[in-house]
Amino acid sequence: MTLLRALSVWSLLAVVMVMPVIVAAGSEYLQYRSAVYVVAGFAGIIALSILLLQPLLASGLLPGLPMAVGRRVHRWTGVALLLAIAVHVVGLWITSPPDMIDALTFTAPTAFSVFGVIAMWALILAALLAVFRRKLRLRPQLWRLAHVTWAAVVAVGSVAHAILIEGTMGNISKAMICVVLLGALGMTVYRLQPWKGMLRRTQPRLPR
Amino acid sequence: MTKGRIGRRTLVTTGAATLMATGTGLMSPVWAQGLAPTESMRGGANNYLPGAPIVERIGGGGFLMSGTVRRAGDGAPLEGIRIQIWAHTTEGFERDPHSHGATLTNAKGEFQLEMPQIVPAFGQPHAHLAYDSGDFETVFLRPVMPSPRDTSLSAHFVLKPA
Repeated sequence: MTLLRALSVWSLLAVVMVMPVIVAAGSEYLQYRSAVYVVAGFAGIIALSILLLQPLLASGLLPGLPMAVGRRVHRWTGVALLLAIAVHVVGLWITSPPDMIDALTFTAPTAFSVFGVIAMWALILAALLAVFRRKLRLRPQLWRLAHVTWAAVVAVGSVAHAILIEGTMGNISKAMICVVLLGALGMTVYRLQPWKGMLRRTQPRLPR
Repeated sequence: MTKGRIGRRTLVTTGAATLMATGTGLMSPVWAQGLAPTESMRGGANNYLPGAPIVERIGGGGFLMSGTVRRAGDGAPLEGIRIQIWAHTTEGFERDPHSHGATLTNAKGEFQLEMPQIVPAFGQPHAHLAYDSGDFETVFLRPVMPSPRDTSLSAHFVLKPA
């Protein structure tokens, strides 16, 4: 029964992660794009797929993967996510510099650019928190709350970014991965309750 | 998705109208009782290549770009006004010189130019139009197609003498 549950969770996850890429690979718009634009687009779709793994790994929601192992994988998938976003941004910059400058300076006419760029900066902040975790010497509860907060901005911003774009992604596979991502984020926040330690510490201590 | 876009446009239009109506000094009193000039749209000038040649049609055609050009204030149609058009199409990118072309308005102030089918680029199926000939103030437009399946699109200019 446990095995069956594990198998179904992992295969469902694989379908939700891979379908957007497969559907986009069949998009008619690809033939009208340059190689760099195509790579940049797929880097964005792959980033969305990797992003789905992050909350699941961080809270040990994936069957057969203990939290300690999940957290170690989470760091590497985090690196992969950063790389994918770097390829996405640089590729789009090469494709159309003025459009990318507008996006990065929040002067683009499109709302999805705003969400995308906010998500990018939140991702960078969440990653910096992870890299400088030791040096920062933050209380573990505070560090976790900060990291989860920025991660939530990444997830919500990315979903808004993806949903508003008319591009190569199929609408159904896109909606599916976005719903599952928000669900995974919700479950993770519920499970980790990153505010909990904060509240306990801020309450007055009992007299000795 | 379509809903969200209309929402944004409505917001921008009503926002701009409110700004003008409340008299921020953006609008000269000359236009107060007449037709207000068209403001350039955000991102309208992206990938602009000045001096696109006047052409019969851009590439193989199949998609119709049309619109009108009028004078601010009295709304009189303007003839012989050069409108430059470019977009990401089935035949080229916005930056390709062969994606750019220009046309002139007729006596009714109308223009139309056939061009290849526009395909979504940078997240929206859109075109770019420019008035940049000097007699009137320069205006860059960036209209968005309600659906990427559309085979025509229109954009209208109200120009203010330079």
